[in-house]
Amino acid sequence: MSALLFALLVWLAAWALNVWLAGSPVAKTRFGKALVPLIFGATLLVLWEGLVRGLGIAPVILPAPSAIAAKIATSLPMLWQDFAQTILKGAIPGFLIGSGAAFLTAVAIDRSPFLQRGLLPIGNFVAALPIVGLAPILVMWFGFGWESKAAVVVVMVFFPMLVNIVAGLQASERMQRDLMATWGASYLQTLVKLRLPAALPFVFNGLKIASTLALIGAIVAEFFGSPTFGMGFRISTEVGRLGLDMVWAEIAVAALAGSLLYGIVALIERWMTFWHPSQRH
Amino acid sequence: MKDTTNSAPVIEAKGLNLVFQTADGPVQALKDVNLTINRGEFVSFIGPSGCGKTTFLRAIAALEHPTSGTLTVNGMTPDEARRKRAYGYVFQAAGLYPWRTIAGNIKLPLEIMGFDRAEQDRRVAQVLDLVELSGFGKKFPWQLSGGMQQRASIARALAFDADILLMDEPFGALDEIVRDRLNEETLKLWARTGKTIGFVTHSIPEAVYLSTKIVVMSPRPGRITDVIDSPLPKERPLEIRDSREFIEIAHRVREGLRAGHHEE
Amino acid sequence: MPVLTVLGLILVIWYAASVWMNSTWVYDQAERAGTMVSFAEMVPQTMTQERPLLPPPHQVGAELWEGLRLGSGYEVFLQSADQPILDRLQATLDHVFSKKGLVYHGYVTFKGTMMGFGLGILFGSLLAMAIVRFRVMDMSVMPWAIISQTIPIVALAPMIITVSSQMGLTDRDVPKAVISAYLSFFPVLVSMVKGLRSPDQMQLDLLKTYGAGEGAVFLKLRLPASMPYFFASLKVAVAASLVGTIVGELPTGAIEGLGARMLIGSQFGEPLIMWAALFAAAILAGLLIVAVGIVERLARKRMGVPA
Ligand SMILES: Nc1ncnc2c1ncn2[C@@H]1O[C@H](COP(=O)(O)OP(=O)(O)OP(=O)(O)O)[C@@H](O)[C@H]1O
Ligand SMILES: [Mg+2]
Repeated sequence: MSALLFALLVWLAAWALNVWLAGSPVAKTRFGKALVPLIFGATLLVLWEGLVRGLGIAPVILPAPSAIAAKIATSLPMLWQDFAQTILKGAIPGFLIGSGAAFLTAVAIDRSPFLQRGLLPIGNFVAALPIVGLAPILVMWFGFGWESKAAVVVVMVFFPMLVNIVAGLQASERMQRDLMATWGASYLQTLVKLRLPAALPFVFNGLKIASTLALIGAIVAEFFGSPTFGMGFRISTEVGRLGLDMVWAEIAVAALAGSLLYGIVALIERWMTFWHPSQRH
Repeated sequence: MKDTTNSAPVIEAKGLNLVFQTADGPVQALKDVNLTINRGEFVSFIGPSGCGKTTFLRAIAALEHPTSGTLTVNGMTPDEARRKRAYGYVFQAAGLYPWRTIAGNIKLPLEIMGFDRAEQDRRVAQVLDLVELSGFGKKFPWQLSGGMQQRASIARALAFDADILLMDEPFGALDEIVRDRLNEETLKLWARTGKTIGFVTHSIPEAVYLSTKIVVMSPRPGRITDVIDSPLPKERPLEIRDSREFIEIAHRVREGLRAGHHEE
Repeated sequence: MPVLTVLGLILVIWYAASVWMNSTWVYDQAERAGTMVSFAEMVPQTMTQERPLLPPPHQVGAELWEGLRLGSGYEVFLQSADQPILDRLQATLDHVFSKKGLVYHGYVTFKGTMMGFGLGILFGSLLAMAIVRFRVMDMSVMPWAIISQTIPIVALAPMIITVSSQMGLTDRDVPKAVISAYLSFFPVLVSMVKGLRSPDQMQLDLLKTYGAGEGAVFLKLRLPASMPYFFASLKVAVAASLVGTIVGELPTGAIEGLGARMLIGSQFGEPLIMWAALFAAAILAGLLIVAVGIVERLARKRMGVPA
């Protein structure tokens, strides 16, 4: 019980510290902006640990963060193997292929307003569908290996990307297109010099959505069949054996991978669309 | 026809009609427009909103296509003239690309027209100097004031030796002081380059101050109601706006606008 | 019209693909039987297989029609012509909603989606209000809310389900709703934060000159200003809820719901079951989006915003 009390006290103290920090000039600095959420996250872990110890919660229901950390430390090779299978071979190639295909399709239908008017509503609708449902079918087609995982990711990523890129290609202002016309610019020149750069903010918006979808797709697909490794496989088998510390270890890896992928996309976005009002503070 | 070097027609419109098909029926934007603009002239278009000033300018630049009548630019169709890079167009908003620097923006038409690198840099430096923006080439558009952005967009239109400069309310969004400055600079620029300029404005003093020829238009349907040749000398200090001649022309323009208004 | 053309195109491609993909099986069969099949003989055989690699559209349609039990429900209605009308309706509805049909499974999924959607809206809007009101909340919680979405929820799904059954919750509704709420709270949160912050300084100052307190500013300005943003986020949120529910139905053990049908189809190698469940899910998604769209339009009309 005392562990729980201690944890609660730490949490309250940290919260008070955060309240004070948020009101102080420190909060305006970059350091303060990173510090406050970090303190919050850290105290959440302390609270969790205290809760598990203080109430004596069984590890098959909720393992303590320290137990999870210990598990991570002892099973690094296995976690790496799962990560490589699911993220490096499944999610990332699928993400790249799906986004690339959406980009090519968007440019290909760019010259046909007819196709755009036909494809856009359908694309919008399909983008809202639970496409994860295709996972079992694609696993049936492409087998248990990483290829089927990548295929699921391609399909999941394709439609949100397509919708965003097509919208982006129409985002340039009419005045700027007219200017291009007065200079006698060709279709290709207008596309490369005006419309593609103007579409970038939309493309990155799509890429951010796609980066989280990619991980979901790769992991779900493993529930329908996989070799005897991979994050989805490990999670479903360990859950069956009530090895929840291993499950949480995989979740930690997934969270890290997801945040990393998202962060990379956001960094490239900041670098390539520095000129956009949303990036200029 | 005293000055023969100045009398070659650059733009000739004969019986020009332009009808827009809209959802609520056709809109006659231009009706029976006849106008000749000679080389080196500074022509202002003035008239109430919706009288077709923009449409006429866009038709000259082949951005709109007349329904009937003929329109020639240097003896060619507007489309051919466009392919010969005859136009520099300046809109009311600067329309600079936010992802390119000022110098990069001015280079854009040069890249499209295939000038080589060294020539691009030379011209950028030259026109930046012309609009007094030297030293701002590496800045991004959003780091400049509105007036500076507009000057940059004029520099962009000057960079590639188009012999016709079309300006659609280029200073409409700027304050009076900046506007005066830019008016003076525009006149200097015109004197230095000898370009033919078509200029849309809502301001009577601006039209009279700048132009050698003022075209008064009236709406529904858009047509020309008066063409005034300005007797003012080529050299025009700002003070000329207080002279009697200036006020007389301004008066005539105002009368023309009013007449167009009463006909409705 | 363009939409119909593209849909037609998709159907054609689909048929072509099913001929191509299912032909292998036909040729294999023929080889085993020691016979030769011509192309013309092969094509019809690709249209009627029991376990096709890619069922052609009409096969999926038939399975879906049967699964929805509308046709057979109508027959039930006709056959019981001698009974009172209420009984007949009852019998028909019982038939359509029977546990064997997709309508029933769709209803289970729909129920889960609605619970998750409701929870997500509630949680998302409350969190948004707290974040806009308290600077600490904004600084501490907002970054984690964003990170929470980069964690693939599906990694959590199986665990949430086993843990809740360990804790004595045999009902699967709760864990499903949790997963679905986890996916749907985020769009609501982001839009509400944007909306609650949308009033500009001038409007805020004006209210202050009236002597309005913080509560009044919230009720009279911030909340109404956030409504268009809120409704705009609902479409995204409901789609996310549905994905969450289906994912929640996938892990081992589930027997009810469209996600469970997909899993069963996959485990027993019955592609037709998978396809029918997939299309039922698409229909459900379409209905949900249309319904949310109608709600949004009604709300906009009441608030005087042109739709
Ligand atoms: N693309 C278009 N489609 C349909 N109608 C148009 C189009 N462009 C202009 N018009 C119509 O043609 C008429 C002339 O328009 P225009 O833009 O040339 O007027 P303007 O003289 O430039 O007006 P302003 O001073 O407000 O800029 C207006 O009635 C306008 O509604
Ligand atoms: Mg205009």
